[in-house]
Amino acid sequence: MDLITSPGFINFHQIYDLTHKILTGLGVGSSAAWMSYLAACIAISFIIINVLIMSTAVYTWFERRVIGRFQVRRGPNRNGPFGILQPIADVIKLILKEDTIPSEADKPVFTLAPIVLLAPTLLTITVIPLGETSFLGSLNIGILFIVGVTSVNAIAIFMAGWGSRNKYAILGSMRGAAMLVSYEIPMALGITSVLLLSGSLAMTEIVKQQSIWFIAVMPMGFFVFMAAATAEMSRTPFDQIEAESELGSGYNTEYSGIKFAVLFLAEFMAPIITAAIVTTLFLGGTKGFDPIPGEIWFVIKMFIVIFVLLWFRATWPRLRVDQIMSFAWKPLFGLGIANIFLIALERQLLSDSAGNLSTENLIIMSVINWIITIGTLLIMANVLGRKKFERPKPVPSPLANMGGD
Amino acid sequence: MAEIRTEPVTINLGPQHPSTHGVFRLRVTFDGEEIIDVEPVFGYLHRGTEKLAESRSYVQIVTLTDRMDYTASMSNNLAYVRTVEKLSNIEVPERAQYIRVISAELQRIASHLMATGFLLNDLGALATPLVYCFREREKILDLFEMLCGARITLSYMRPGGVLQDAPEEFWPALETLVTELPHYLDELEKLITSNEIVLARTREVGILNDERAIDSGVSGPNLRAAGVKWDLRKADPYEIYDRVNFEVPIGALGDTYDRYYVRLLEMRESIKIISQCTKQISDGPIRTETPYFIRPKIGEAYSSVEGPKGELGFYMVSDGSIAPYRCKVRAPSFINLTPLREMLLSWKMGDLIIILGSVDIVLGEVDR
Amino acid sequence: MTLFISGHELKDLVDDMVPGAVDYAEESALWIESSKILDVCKVMKANSELDFSFLTAITAVDYVEYFELIYHLTSMRRNKSTVLKSKCSGRSNLKIPSVVSVWQSADLQEREIWDLMGIEFEGHPNMKRILLWEGFDGHPLRKDYIG
Repeated sequence: MDLITSPGFINFHQIYDLTHKILTGLGVGSSAAWMSYLAACIAISFIIINVLIMSTAVYTWFERRVIGRFQVRRGPNRNGPFGILQPIADVIKLILKEDTIPSEADKPVFTLAPIVLLAPTLLTITVIPLGETSFLGSLNIGILFIVGVTSVNAIAIFMAGWGSRNKYAILGSMRGAAMLVSYEIPMALGITSVLLLSGSLAMTEIVKQQSIWFIAVMPMGFFVFMAAATAEMSRTPFDQIEAESELGSGYNTEYSGIKFAVLFLAEFMAPIITAAIVTTLFLGGTKGFDPIPGEIWFVIKMFIVIFVLLWFRATWPRLRVDQIMSFAWKPLFGLGIANIFLIALERQLLSDSAGNLSTENLIIMSVINWIITIGTLLIMANVLGRKKFERPKPVPSPLANMGGD
Repeated sequence: MAEIRTEPVTINLGPQHPSTHGVFRLRVTFDGEEIIDVEPVFGYLHRGTEKLAESRSYVQIVTLTDRMDYTASMSNNLAYVRTVEKLSNIEVPERAQYIRVISAELQRIASHLMATGFLLNDLGALATPLVYCFREREKILDLFEMLCGARITLSYMRPGGVLQDAPEEFWPALETLVTELPHYLDELEKLITSNEIVLARTREVGILNDERAIDSGVSGPNLRAAGVKWDLRKADPYEIYDRVNFEVPIGALGDTYDRYYVRLLEMRESIKIISQCTKQISDGPIRTETPYFIRPKIGEAYSSVEGPKGELGFYMVSDGSIAPYRCKVRAPSFINLTPLREMLLSWKMGDLIIILGSVDIVLGEVDR
Repeated sequence: MTLFISGHELKDLVDDMVPGAVDYAEESALWIESSKILDVCKVMKANSELDFSFLTAITAVDYVEYFELIYHLTSMRRNKSTVLKSKCSGRSNLKIPSVVSVWQSADLQEREIWDLMGIEFEGHPNMKRILLWEGFDGHPLRKDYIG
């Protein structure tokens, strides 16, 4: 286990050492190893689950208030001052509801689907460096772990729809699974461009290498990753699979009670996780100016990303399913590959003999990349999208003539 | 390898549904994602308005007409009282005509705002444009409350004029609305008209061309979006529409985007009409004296107005008594549904709701 | 202004094209014999001088001995309008040719007349009740229907 211990943040190895010391001090002997391992696992899981679930609860409150403000109305303000107890009211309601399982449903699949959806989301926070290191220390395959674990979402959504044995649910979940699988690729392409500059899969290493934030250095990669991540979370403008105004409610039609609460939780945890990943990869993670500690900087940046995601949700309509798929496979894929090519070229040309990039080189790269990105997006919008924007001049039909003969 | 057998599936977009604009039922047959057959079923809101009208006096029927197209009460009232006036040869004083036109145009703006808001809600924009449209509609409903005390089912017009004169505070409030509304419409346009996603979803979707539209009896903004320049306010001017200047916007293709855009442009034209009317209006009586129970002479009359949804007409037959012998409503939403099947065929599931939303039906009118 | 063409003006033209169809002409309408209504309507639409391309409304009125059917037509190209009328005698088994093949807008309107008044349109592809449910007994808008 190649984990690095470091002070300043609770992580797995610290708790392990601490418990080991206590247990050997008490004279437990040879079984101290697995007992302290177990204790550390339980402690870390407890902390992670609590942190994430509490922050998801606060996030649901935040989302409803902010979207209310966008819509010229207040959000919930009945339960507690500013509606701050609204998530608690929601949770109590969902727990008290009857937990129905359709008689035709495939019971093991139906029951396991929410758990399979929640587990990967909880796991991703373990490798995000919230301080100097993350909960699991500095895992040397950090970002690959995240990509692998989030792919399980597609299976979970398919299980949810399949287990319900409901026409609309299966329809929704099949669309959802297809969409999630297609957007894995642009996401991976966005991440690859970050890896080209950081040189390592470990998240802590990626943060260290950002002397200039990577959003400045590779705006195209940021755009590709943000679009792919929004689709992975099934949020507007890609939320066709759970669109309420279409047929039924998608894959979670048959769920009620606690199972629905878990699905709901997993859906709202996703933006938090995505914001954390985006902050680490593109916004410099815990780097910031001195008087404020790095952890607070991380939270501030996460907050900005979450707000932008909420802004998208409140403003834009949604795309149709085939438009979503073609968006993944044509523009995003092309931009992703172009971005990797561009970064690789620049790295080759600008790095010194040891293969390192100094800060000045990064600044040169960022200027070039911004110009190229803005140029590409303008060309794509104006040239390729020209057909849609042009409205042919209306010509009165000869079939009607209001002036008479 | 065995061949995969597929079969089309019939789904019921039931009467209770978040986005069918009322109790409207569609039986759709899908082959995969594509629509291959559509059968609309309506009648869930049929209240027998035409039969009820045969046993009510002419003034009482005004309240029945409010409730047909409940999003545009003033237009219903106007069409009805004009038919009664034609049937019994009642003259309407000029000030009443100006107030009628102002109310009708305000009602047109309110109805189009609601149509636009709900279309965008169907597109998935999570009710944000809907709430903005409703915020403006609230201002118009406040004006109606000043006029007659009610907000939605107004019963403001009577055969011979209007119920009561506009109070003192109505005119400054109308002035404020007329100056502020164009800025608000600009804001809405900036948000929506060139939005990439709206364009991708509505451009060239659900096309109804001019020949099919005329043949199917479609009227109103749906007809104008198909490129047919036909508006009853200009073709056969009634009230004082021949004294105001306004344009009749038309669309180019007849797709969903055109139907949305024509409504937006019509709102701007309505604002122009209102501001011209407020300048031209003069003092005078607002209602001709008519007996409480009007007894028109024996005969029949048909008269129609350009309502927000299309040509709204009333055909009335009188036998000399206090209630009409037959009162038939030419409901635009009902007839606008005629080409629904051909508009929907071969589009995908996601387009169905949008095309239906762009036709802008109100079930109260479809079912009467 | 939409010019209203009276029955008298139409009478000769229609008589030439579809002989024997006209019952009589009045100022407000042209009365057509019920079995010939489809031919007359075809002529009204196809003839370039008349050019009535838009069927505004079809109405049925129950005058106890007979039913009257009224067709309001509009010519959008020439901005003219006119009225055709036809009679169906009796109270039961009423049939009249459908004009769906001429104007598609007659589709839903004729179904409504069948539903509420009980006049059946021959040649209509889908003669089913539209506003009331299947299996409803009677035709409510008739004068002798007591609900």
